[in-house]
Amino acid sequence: MAKQYETVIGLEVHVELATKTKIFCGCSTRFGGAVNSHTCPVCTGMPGALPVLNKKVVKFAIALGKATNCTITQYCRFDRKNYFYPDNPQNYQISQLYLPICRDGHIDVETSNGTKTIRIHEMHMEEDAGKLIHDNYEDCSLVDYNRSGVPLIEIVSEPDMRTADEVIAYLEKLRMICQYLGVSDCKLQEGSMRADVNLSVREIGSEKLGTRTEMKNLNSFKAILHAIEGERERQIELLESGREIIQETRRWDDNKEASFTMRSKEDAKDYRYFPEPDLQPILISDQWIDEIKAKQPEFQPEKAERYKEEYGLSDYDTDILTQNRHMADMFEETAKLCGNPKKAANWFMGEVLRTLKDKAMDPEELTFSPKNLAAIIKAMDEGKINQGNAQKVFAQVFISDVEPLAYMEEHGLMMVSDAGAIEKVVDEVLAENEGVIADYHNGKDKAFGFLVGQVMKKMKGKGDPAKVNEVLKGKL
Amino acid sequence: MEIIGMTALELAEKIKNGEVTVKDAVEAYIKQIEEKDGQYNAFITVAEKEKLEQRIAEVQQGIADGKYRSNLAGVPIAVKDNICTKGMKTTCASKMLEGFVPTYDATAVTKLEEAGMIVIGKTNMDEFAMGSTTETSAFGVTRNPWNTDHVPGGSSGGSCAAVAAGEAPMALGSDTGGSIRQPASYCGVTGLKPTYGRVSRMGLIAYASSLDQIGPVGKNVEDCAALYQIIAGHDEKDSTSLKKTVEKIDDLAMASLRGKTIGIPKEYIGEGTDDEVKSAILKAVMIMEDAGARVEFFSLKMVDYVIPAYYIIACAEASSNLERFDGVKYGYRNMEAEGLHEMYKLSRAEGFGEEVKRRILLGSFVLSAGYYDAYYIKALKTKRLIKEEFDEAFKKYDCILAPAAPTTAPKLGTSLSDPLQMYLSDIYTVAVNLCGFPALSMPCGVDSKGLPIGVQFIGDLFNENKILNMATAYEKVREDFSCGKFSSKNNRDKEPVQNILKIKQEGEV
Repeated sequence: MAKQYETVIGLEVHVELATKTKIFCGCSTRFGGAVNSHTCPVCTGMPGALPVLNKKVVKFAIALGKATNCTITQYCRFDRKNYFYPDNPQNYQISQLYLPICRDGHIDVETSNGTKTIRIHEMHMEEDAGKLIHDNYEDCSLVDYNRSGVPLIEIVSEPDMRTADEVIAYLEKLRMICQYLGVSDCKLQEGSMRADVNLSVREIGSEKLGTRTEMKNLNSFKAILHAIEGERERQIELLESGREIIQETRRWDDNKEASFTMRSKEDAKDYRYFPEPDLQPILISDQWIDEIKAKQPEFQPEKAERYKEEYGLSDYDTDILTQNRHMADMFEETAKLCGNPKKAANWFMGEVLRTLKDKAMDPEELTFSPKNLAAIIKAMDEGKINQGNAQKVFAQVFISDVEPLAYMEEHGLMMVSDAGAIEKVVDEVLAENEGVIADYHNGKDKAFGFLVGQVMKKMKGKGDPAKVNEVLKGKL
Repeated sequence: MEIIGMTALELAEKIKNGEVTVKDAVEAYIKQIEEKDGQYNAFITVAEKEKLEQRIAEVQQGIADGKYRSNLAGVPIAVKDNICTKGMKTTCASKMLEGFVPTYDATAVTKLEEAGMIVIGKTNMDEFAMGSTTETSAFGVTRNPWNTDHVPGGSSGGSCAAVAAGEAPMALGSDTGGSIRQPASYCGVTGLKPTYGRVSRMGLIAYASSLDQIGPVGKNVEDCAALYQIIAGHDEKDSTSLKKTVEKIDDLAMASLRGKTIGIPKEYIGEGTDDEVKSAILKAVMIMEDAGARVEFFSLKMVDYVIPAYYIIACAEASSNLERFDGVKYGYRNMEAEGLHEMYKLSRAEGFGEEVKRRILLGSFVLSAGYYDAYYIKALKTKRLIKEEFDEAFKKYDCILAPAAPTTAPKLGTSLSDPLQMYLSDIYTVAVNLCGFPALSMPCGVDSKGLPIGVQFIGDLFNENKILNMATAYEKVREDFSCGKFSSKNNRDKEPVQNILKIKQEGEV
């Protein structure tokens, strides 16, 4: 029988923090912007410039640490990681090696085999590098330092994952925690969440870890899935053919759907880490930790539980509604304003999610005002608009956050419930359908329905059905 | 009285009273530079005429309007070339930064400007402040105004020579292991290294971040005290800057040594210290005792570990601090290089001088994997032990007295051939940087070659006020002292030196 192998995976996840300014200077962290427009002497490594720590970064790190059951290092420090590369203006990165801010945490993730605990080895704060731009026309490289100094937290897990599904579940959980805390938007495509995969294989039952490789440049869940599958197969093939796995760093190529050697352990750099002398050690008081903990938001599991209890929503709905904090907040606000949580939930589960999907958008990108959706729901309740038109109005609310009643008015989407107007149409219909009236009086139920249909048709569907019934019955 | 002969405070007073215009003051010094600097080479850059004229007019007006009210308003000043000046070349005396013009002012420079002082130029130094003679400058050596065959000391050799030669009434220097105090001693001027963190390092091109400190160089203690008060203070742009309020300096006219206790580490006037330096220090001690101070000898057992600890820490930090000079963003780049790595290698090999490269190599070595604990961590532990010994001493003494250097200024060309010997000559100054203490160096005599000798007043942390007062009190009873002159006004001077030594050593040690 062929040998059975187990995959052992640990992750190094970089999360870009959603602070307004950079970690060591006052420059903006905004994505985009003209090349080198968000820069100053500090983040371009000018001679004589000195870093000043953005306190918000420490606050975010503590919040994330507490949310993932870590121990906070109350005397922590930055270290310099020395290496030469042009995207790194000082040729050292200010990071943490000896005393990282968080240690020994864990989070629970839901997998197809039930709940699994993934341990977190440590988390540390560091600065991002700039970006090299290769100009093929001029045959030269240029550097954009807009990203240089953007704060990052690196989350290092223990090698606790065994399958690609567990990896994705872990990343999704981390992303959800970060988004709930507001510490990061965690977009893989924009690079605000990046994962390096450390992977080794071993025979099932073996206690000893195999030789691992590290894979970089994984920019999507798809890339992560494929990279894990590919690397597992590559390593097993090496073992089966009696060859050795080399400890190395591999780079994933999205176009080729394969990974390639970047550097082996022998070329591993000596980063000559030492304590950053330009920054003071950070002292974190119990009080500060308590304050941050007290301000932590309601996380997904508690929120879902509350939705079930307060609003009587199903497990399925609550689960979906709470996946993203921003969307959950919007849902709650809408529910409060329209006074009908169930209908609000239906709208989010239906129209909102469908529109997001159609437009290939992330829930994080929702921008319409809950009060406008609430107004649509209320208008329906009050019979001012029918389902079809309500969806039309919502489409506009979603795109440009229009005021629904004004929009309905302007575009003639309101229901007509004015008795005079309805009577006029009913009279017309009755005059045109004398035969049907006779049928009605002869006890043909269908005849009434037909007449209502005729009225509605003439009113282009905007007649209030109850009012139409009432008037028609009276006349007949 | 001639402008050049005045102290900075006297000059500022006359400017304030309208007896001297700002233009006269600046022009008098510029004239001195034009006439003399060909000989001394204390300056790398002199301010552009046009910009200087604008600034002179602006300051003159500002003094009249009450915008500039400091007691040094209108005074010209020279700034060491490792302190960034916006729009004025800042080279660190290195080919690596030849022609580099900073986009911003160092905080210390901003403070000078806000006080109505006028930066007249940038002074020569050892390349990236690495050296003790100003001979490692890429732009030629600076010569000692007392005797041009000798070095001015270093690394702030240009700043100290400029003041000694009357090319500037005062200057800013920087001190990482004695770089203000030792050249002040060699050039017969006064220099203060403040407590670590007192003066913002923002804009000071780093040599060793945990040791670097900007400080004043002047003709006398009072001038240094005045300049110190202008540049000191918390700066939120420097995380290592002290939050503690800067103590106001007492009225120095009242300064006295009466009742003050002074400790002298006996290891500091032992073997290895030139006899003439020794006797000048002991003579100063006698004068201080006459003025009411109580002097005692004590032992600093850690003295032998000071130099190794210092060079390990300083070089480690330097190796990292100087990584940014890579030819990518600014400064020297080898244009022929093929590819990134060759560009790095050639730019750094050609842009840096020998001493800088030696320290980068040394620092990279002590930080490398497998050696970090054995060298760097051990050096940090040693540093703590040295500090503890000084802390003990400061329980007993108001200040610690020491020579600034084991000898007077060596001849040009005699130091660099033996770097280890040169490193050892920092023996009396580096402990101060390791511990963060403030220390002042001022002249206390001349040797038989006519070269000045300096004495150091070392204070406990934050005790600038105390050492400035004690130094001023000594200055009042010391011989008159100015460049090229050393006239006696104290009868202790006539006593045979050997006798003093004998009495001191038998009686106290």
